[in-house]
Amino acid sequence: MLLSDASSSHGLFRRFHLDPPLLAGLLLLAGIGLVILFSAASQNEAQLWRQVTRLAVSFGVMLLFAQISPDTLMRWSHWIFAIGLIMLVAVLVFGDTGKGAQRWLRLGSIRFQPSELMKLAVPMMVAAYLAEKPLPPRLSHLFIATLVALVPTLLIAKQPDLGTAVLIASSGIFVLLFAGLQWRIIGIASVLAVPTAWLLWTFGMHDYQRTRVLTFLNPENDPLGAGYHIIQSKIAIGSGGTYGKGWLNGTQSHLEFLPERHTDFIFAVFGEEFGFIGILLLLTLYFLIVLRGLYIASQAQDSFSRLLAGALTMTFLIYVFVNIGMVSGLLPVVGVPLPLVSFGGSSMVTLMAAFGILMSIHTHRKLLKD
Amino acid sequence: MTRRRATLLKNPIRERQLFQVRGIIALLFSLLLMTILISRMFYLQLTQHEHYTTLSTNNQVSIRPIAPTRGLIYDRNGVVLAQNLPTYSLEIIRERVEDIDQTLEEIGELIQVSGEDLTRFRRELKRSRRFKAVPLRFRLDNREVALIAVNRHRLPGVEINSTLTRHYPQGELTAHTVGYVGRINEKELKQLDPSNYATTTYIGKIGVEKSYESLLHGMVGHQQVETNVRGRVLRVLERTPPEPGQNIHLNIDTALQRVAQQAFGEERGALVAIEPESGAVLSLVSVPSYDPNLFVNGIPLKTYRALSDNRDQPLFNRALRGQYPPGSTTKPFIGLAGLELNQITTLNTIACKGWYSLKNDDHRYRDWKKTGHGTIGLNRAIVESCDVFFYDLSLKLGIDRISSYLAHFGFGKKNGIDIGGESRGLLPNRKWKRRIRKEPWFPGETLITGIGQGFFLTTPLQLSSATAALSLRGRHMRPLVVREIEDPGSHLSTPLPPTLIHQAPIVNDGNWWRIERAMTQVIHGPKGTARRISHGLRYKIAGKTGTSQVFTVAQDAEYDAEEISKRLRDHALFVAYAPVKKPKIAVALIVENGGSGGAVAAPIARKLIDRYLLGDNATRGRDTDAAQ
Repeated sequence: MLLSDASSSHGLFRRFHLDPPLLAGLLLLAGIGLVILFSAASQNEAQLWRQVTRLAVSFGVMLLFAQISPDTLMRWSHWIFAIGLIMLVAVLVFGDTGKGAQRWLRLGSIRFQPSELMKLAVPMMVAAYLAEKPLPPRLSHLFIATLVALVPTLLIAKQPDLGTAVLIASSGIFVLLFAGLQWRIIGIASVLAVPTAWLLWTFGMHDYQRTRVLTFLNPENDPLGAGYHIIQSKIAIGSGGTYGKGWLNGTQSHLEFLPERHTDFIFAVFGEEFGFIGILLLLTLYFLIVLRGLYIASQAQDSFSRLLAGALTMTFLIYVFVNIGMVSGLLPVVGVPLPLVSFGGSSMVTLMAAFGILMSIHTHRKLLKD
Repeated sequence: MTRRRATLLKNPIRERQLFQVRGIIALLFSLLLMTILISRMFYLQLTQHEHYTTLSTNNQVSIRPIAPTRGLIYDRNGVVLAQNLPTYSLEIIRERVEDIDQTLEEIGELIQVSGEDLTRFRRELKRSRRFKAVPLRFRLDNREVALIAVNRHRLPGVEINSTLTRHYPQGELTAHTVGYVGRINEKELKQLDPSNYATTTYIGKIGVEKSYESLLHGMVGHQQVETNVRGRVLRVLERTPPEPGQNIHLNIDTALQRVAQQAFGEERGALVAIEPESGAVLSLVSVPSYDPNLFVNGIPLKTYRALSDNRDQPLFNRALRGQYPPGSTTKPFIGLAGLELNQITTLNTIACKGWYSLKNDDHRYRDWKKTGHGTIGLNRAIVESCDVFFYDLSLKLGIDRISSYLAHFGFGKKNGIDIGGESRGLLPNRKWKRRIRKEPWFPGETLITGIGQGFFLTTPLQLSSATAALSLRGRHMRPLVVREIEDPGSHLSTPLPPTLIHQAPIVNDGNWWRIERAMTQVIHGPKGTARRISHGLRYKIAGKTGTSQVFTVAQDAEYDAEEISKRLRDHALFVAYAPVKKPKIAVALIVENGGSGGAVAAPIARKLIDRYLLGDNATRGRDTDAAQ
């Protein structure tokens, strides 16, 4: 069912360019998200309804993007990327500041985060550029493609928004990898990563970002300050055990020990209340969605579609990995939400737009009957 | 080669194959990431589960101590001397108040709130959690409590909190025995059991409150509460109630205390009355006194200065710590020593010509009676308080024998009263003088020791205790302020057993009886120095007056009390016990700069003993007599 092609048998889904397996997975995920949000937000119904509204909007955006054919997207790629880049520069010049970072751009009454647009624009642009070139890419093409991904990444890291920067960089890298980036180049890049990381640490990072990395390396060092998040979320997850404490019974989250428990750290609430079994099921669901995305990529008919679908899918996986990794103390706290589960607006819209693009890629194939 | 490849057209089939390979690698990569996450969860939730469960429990459950109620203090008749009274304070919980300024204004219209209160309140408000109650006003009276209560619906978040505060209803009457509690200071904090005193803010500072602190305090209780991260209590899981402190019943008789204190009038002085058989301290007076209630909530510095700098020293416990020359009240003890150590008999007489001098020394040791007592024996020497007789006797005894004999009656050492704080006094001897003064002992010093002057110092407690011992033929009981300890739960009382501290060696009962007879004649004899208090007496008193010099009269100078300022006048002393046949009360008292023992001190003792032996009616009758 997951890997089969159901769109041909369901007229309605086909007409709206929807992919039933992917849609089912996403809806299920959103449902789980609402259930755990109700618990994490201390059974605050108003908050629940705000999330439902956001979900509705996001699924609407997904539907919208599903109608745009991959050819059109490819043609628009340059423009979208250019606009996104201009807005990123604008943010740095006169953006709004929130939580110590400049991320927002105000257009009239609407606040807008250009970095969200770049989450789509970067893989689209890199894919569109490489799709016209013979693959695997030549070194000069590779250089330009890297530049296309690197410039917005650095602009966003400067805001500073480390989480989004990581996601955008990886979306670009995934396009390159799917395009057939030579293994020796991958090898050289890995070797070069070490001095680059050192340079980044010394010159490219804000103090609070360094603190986050240090805290990640040893959270017990500062149990009441920066390490508090990680310690508390590990306690929440660990005390959940095999079966969890049950829905609405998570003590760490309900007694307010866990900070940001309905946004970035909602996974800890999930882990506490549903235990290892619940996490296993949730991760399986995420994996199935990734699997479907990779299947769609493999079935795509042109390079642009393939590269974009593959990169968007893998970026989704990185979302999940980075969020759960940071909540469970594997990775530094970089502020990446858990897709479709965390409370929050703009990143969810982007995410669903990406799934809209995946559906579009799958449903706009020219069916070649043999 | 490279250049040629660049000109190659795109090869869709090759590209598709390349992508398939990369797709499979991506799939494997996804599997790897998922495996990492699952292993991490396995580690946290299964391997380390117990560890995190412990941490989680510690996070939410905390132990909160509950303060025990301090034990009460009663007098021997059940009159409350120390109690715990609820006092009301007005507190505000910030998170329940919408507009704090408006609320403060409304409270200000109802009750008086000073600028000082407001400043302190705002400062504390900033530092407190939003759900914590912050006090605005302390010690609200009943009218203010009612005003707030009536307007409560208009003042959400405003609460009246009642706490127990120590209160001494008898005020200054019992201040020097009961003592007082005060805030725990840093030095005390270091010595306390931190868990038992976790919520206690007061501790006994002096008197019974201090000496019996461990019994009065009780045991702290605990409750296990579930809290959130900010410490807000969500619910109580388990409760171990505190054990209230023991109630303490004193030997002190408040009515007797009042009679004694009133008898002193405006004079300064001290009085200790003891029940000889048990050592029970019936009354302990040190005047002027002070109001112990001032100290409970922290005494304002100005008030404290006024008390401590007062020339009359109200904070000084004269009964326990005041060291005075005992004067002629020493004479019965010296006389007993003379008889017991076979230095004199009652038949021995000397000629008193008004003064005494040593061989090879023309210094004249005066008698209080300038004309002299003529030929005089021991009995008359006690009754009329002849100094010359005792100069002669002292010389015969020598300082060492005087010193060691008087020590049998507890002079020169602590008597072990159970509320502590007593002074040793000073019973001089050769050894002491050489050690402290680095001087030899002079015979003249023996003479004046024999009439209770010179280096010899006693406390009113020592005098009273020694008199009680004398009344029991040398059986010296430990003076006890506390009578019994009562468990507040079962109401079972444990009396403090009377303790014999020493038996003075009286070999010949006849000797003792001769001293008692002389002391009885001090009051009842026609020439006794305290004969004026015998009027209308319905029982027999044995006693001895004393007048101790504060001011040394220069040789050949005329002594005129009127001319010497009041502060330099002699201290008036009196020791007594009654009834003589079966002593029920022994008393010693001093009136500082009171002048004559017989005229000033003895009447105070009479009033006290009357009240104790005859009860309320006798005193009232006497008062009416006096009024007529």
